[in-house]
Amino acid sequence: MYAVVERQMIVPNLHEFTVEAPEVAESVQAGNFVIVRPDEMGERMPLSVADWDPEAGTVTSIFMQVGGSTAKLARLKPGDTIPTYVGPLGKETKIENFGTVLCVGGCYGIGSLYPIARALKAAGNTVHTLLEARSSFLLYWQDRFEKVSDSVIELTRDGTAGYKGHISRLGEILTLEKIKPDLIIVNGCTFLMMKASKVTEPMAVKTIVNMNPIMIDGTGMCGVCRLTVDGNVKFACVDGPDFDGHEIDWEEFLKRRQTYNPEEVHPLRKSGCVSHF
Amino acid sequence: MVKKIDYNRRPMPKQEPFERIKNFDEVALGYTEQLAVEEASRCLGCKKPLCMDGCPVAIDIPGFVSAIVERDFAAGIRKIKATNALPAVCGRVCPQEEQCEKTCVLGKKGEPVAIGRLERFLADWEASSGTIERPDVAAPTGKKVAIVGSGPAGVTVANDLALLGHEITIFEALHDAGGVLTYGIPEFRLPKAIVRREVEYVKSLGVKLHLDHVVGKTKTIDKLMETFDAVFVAAGAGLPWFLEIPGENLNGVYSANEYLTRCNLMKGFRFPEYDTPIKRPSRVVVFGGGNVAMDSARTALRLGADEVHIVYRRSRQELPARLEEVENAEEEGVIFDFLTLPVQLIGNEHGWLTDLECLRMELGEPDDSGRRRPVPIKGSEFKMKADAAVCSIGNSPNPLIPMTTPGLEVGRKGNIVADEETGKTSREGVWAGGDVVTGAATVISAMGAGRKAAKSIHEYLVNQKT
Ligand SMILES: Cc1cc2nc3c(=O)[nH]c(=O)nc-3n(C[C@H](O)[C@H](O)[C@H](O)COP(=O)(O)OP(=O)(O)OC[C@H]3O[C@@H](n4cnc5c(N)ncnc54)[C@H](O)[C@@H]3O)c2cc1C
Ligand SMILES: Cc1cc2nc3c(=O)[nH]c(=O)nc-3n(C[C@H](O)[C@H](O)[C@H](O)COP(=O)(O)OP(=O)(O)OC[C@H]3O[C@@H](n4cnc5c(N)ncnc54)[C@H](O)[C@@H]3O)c2cc1C
Ligand code: SF4
Ligand code: SF4
Ligand code: FES
Repeated sequence: MYAVVERQMIVPNLHEFTVEAPEVAESVQAGNFVIVRPDEMGERMPLSVADWDPEAGTVTSIFMQVGGSTAKLARLKPGDTIPTYVGPLGKETKIENFGTVLCVGGCYGIGSLYPIARALKAAGNTVHTLLEARSSFLLYWQDRFEKVSDSVIELTRDGTAGYKGHISRLGEILTLEKIKPDLIIVNGCTFLMMKASKVTEPMAVKTIVNMNPIMIDGTGMCGVCRLTVDGNVKFACVDGPDFDGHEIDWEEFLKRRQTYNPEEVHPLRKSGCVSHF
Repeated sequence: MVKKIDYNRRPMPKQEPFERIKNFDEVALGYTEQLAVEEASRCLGCKKPLCMDGCPVAIDIPGFVSAIVERDFAAGIRKIKATNALPAVCGRVCPQEEQCEKTCVLGKKGEPVAIGRLERFLADWEASSGTIERPDVAAPTGKKVAIVGSGPAGVTVANDLALLGHEITIFEALHDAGGVLTYGIPEFRLPKAIVRREVEYVKSLGVKLHLDHVVGKTKTIDKLMETFDAVFVAAGAGLPWFLEIPGENLNGVYSANEYLTRCNLMKGFRFPEYDTPIKRPSRVVVFGGGNVAMDSARTALRLGADEVHIVYRRSRQELPARLEEVENAEEEGVIFDFLTLPVQLIGNEHGWLTDLECLRMELGEPDDSGRRRPVPIKGSEFKMKADAAVCSIGNSPNPLIPMTTPGLEVGRKGNIVADEETGKTSREGVWAGGDVVTGAATVISAMGAGRKAAKSIHEYLVNQKT
């Protein structure tokens, strides 16, 4: 059993979730993920790590409430326990001195991007952070990024903070900000990572994305997380989750991710209003 | 007086096929006391019991069988447990027709003694009697051993070394112990309550079980070596193979590991009571011919499929599965397409599998394994409809541990290289055994390897200077 230290909604639908897991906290690195089960009947659900404290033995993720299992997580309170918390899983994000790195984060990926930016800065890179959301009220952790980035740029669909529009404006934003990245790292929803990869392809800047397919074990045992990268089949949980966004078969990826959409609707229908909160 | 030889074995009571394909309860119901005694009475009590040569852990077969005849079941189970810690499991899943029963003399002219069923009978008798005998545990030696993986190999080593007084911790990646016995072999063949019982038994000897711990990720072997005197790697062969044909990433195409894990470990068959979903398609095709393929096909039937095919490139004779499971699958209505090779999987515009293209095969010259090699018949392509396909064509060891353990010698197929007699690896203080060394094999061979390694680890620990 693993004790929940904190579970708090930080912006609408996004929760900060901290669990006591000393062994994970000891060996985790930026880009890793953990697998959690909210209760004994729950499914195994991957969450990227957003921060950790080896001294306190705690690990933090940001999760978005989308379906049945994340709804169960959203009901947890400090002091509650969960039966499974295993990690760190996946390869860590490659950190070295690349020169100038643009870090792009959206949704829960703003959280998982933070330790990456921090590590890149510590490795001597010039780090620029671009945070993307539908509206200003969905952005978070700007203060943390200020400390580990040379600049923090905001991009909102409705223009309530920073640039107005979509990640499709990336090229233009880079010109206006006079940023010439040697590497781009994107964390967030599939759509953001795919769009970003499509825009950066003509710029010929290497773009690393943190893939989030359906998973079960997270150790390379079941193969459900497979995706095609540069024509080869890879298991995201052990070969990734970081891959080159220009090499991914996005169309296949999107289809595979929807495999269980019809089933996932069920727990939402069956649960009454009460159980959502 | 010469005993009249009875060549006919007592049949095992089973759930009727039409009944059992609607539930996940155990198919074979086990011998009654009466049937067990009758079956045991067929044994000739050979002076040179050939059956024992066929058992990888050399159980005293005539010994326990004669105890059944005398209705001294407690003595019988004690005899088995002297060399086999998991009789309830082995009695159910050993490929007996290839092992102990293959060499039984009665098999020459008639049916061999049903050794596996009798072994199961005694194990179940002990469990229902409520008193599980526990041998004495030796005084603590102060030595600590880490075991990676809680499958049959890991559990055997834990059992043997705990009895010798060593302090044992098993590290298991998943959230439940038992290895393939828990996540792979279905409930209807090996009830999970039995696996749990065996794991609890080993825990009762003082073995610590540390779940949710992926060695190589959470801690490396080197890190474990800082606190443990020896490490036994029993991580199994958990990396699924695919056929590597076009269309394998279509929705509806599974590895057997995924399919069975969803159902067994995650209890997908009880979705939505349990949260992990599993599809219930109506036409399922399974590739392969081993136990894993039989289990996948029979699982699909129980999930409500109308038609389930096993597509196998050789013929019935070469099926590597246990005979009993092949017969069970046939009774349940699984359709076997022998001498058939899938070459392509075809999907619709939404990325879902709809058809497969196959080739017919014929048997040619024998290959290295001594079996006749299947060769494709030119121009024999044909299509089959399918809305799910399960690849059950094999597994190899997961590379996580070799990748993170410098100096650990690994073979061509990713298996850890270990001495056959001792389980010693190329790294001082590290042993390995079971599927991680041999590639996918059997429960009893994994246990046999565990037994040998435990002996070698014990010798190492007692000779170690402190
Ligand atoms: C490596 C990795 C890291 C991730 N990190 C985070 C994170 O930091 N924060 C976060 O909020 N989410 C993260 N996710 C996604 C998260 O696991 C899913 O949102 C969650 O499992 C959905 O569960 P649900 O029951 O609430 O929603 P569901 O109703 O099950 O599904 C909602 C959506 O999530 C997808 N999904 C369902 N099950 C899984 C699964 N087991 N794995 C991946 N996707 C699934 C479905 O395709 C669907 O589009 C990550 C996924 C991966 C693979
Ligand atoms: C579906 C199916 C049906 C089968 N049917 C039969 C049968 O009828 N008869 C028979 O004799 N054999 C059968 N087998 C084969 C048999 O189950 C295996 O040969 C046997 O379980 C191997 O035992 P093991 O201890 O080596 O490994 P496993 O049982 O595979 O156990 C390995 C354990 O190690 C864990 N692990 C892996 N990596 C790590 C890590 N890095 N850190 C921590 N833990 C880790 C795994 O999660 C797993 O629990 C079947 C196999 C399958 C898949
Ligand atoms: S352990 Fe397996 S091979 Fe040995 S006697 Fe029992 S059933 Fe036969
Ligand atoms: S070989 Fe057969 S008949 Fe002889 S002792 Fe063994 S089981 Fe009995
Ligand atoms: S999640 Fe099972 S292999 Fe990646």
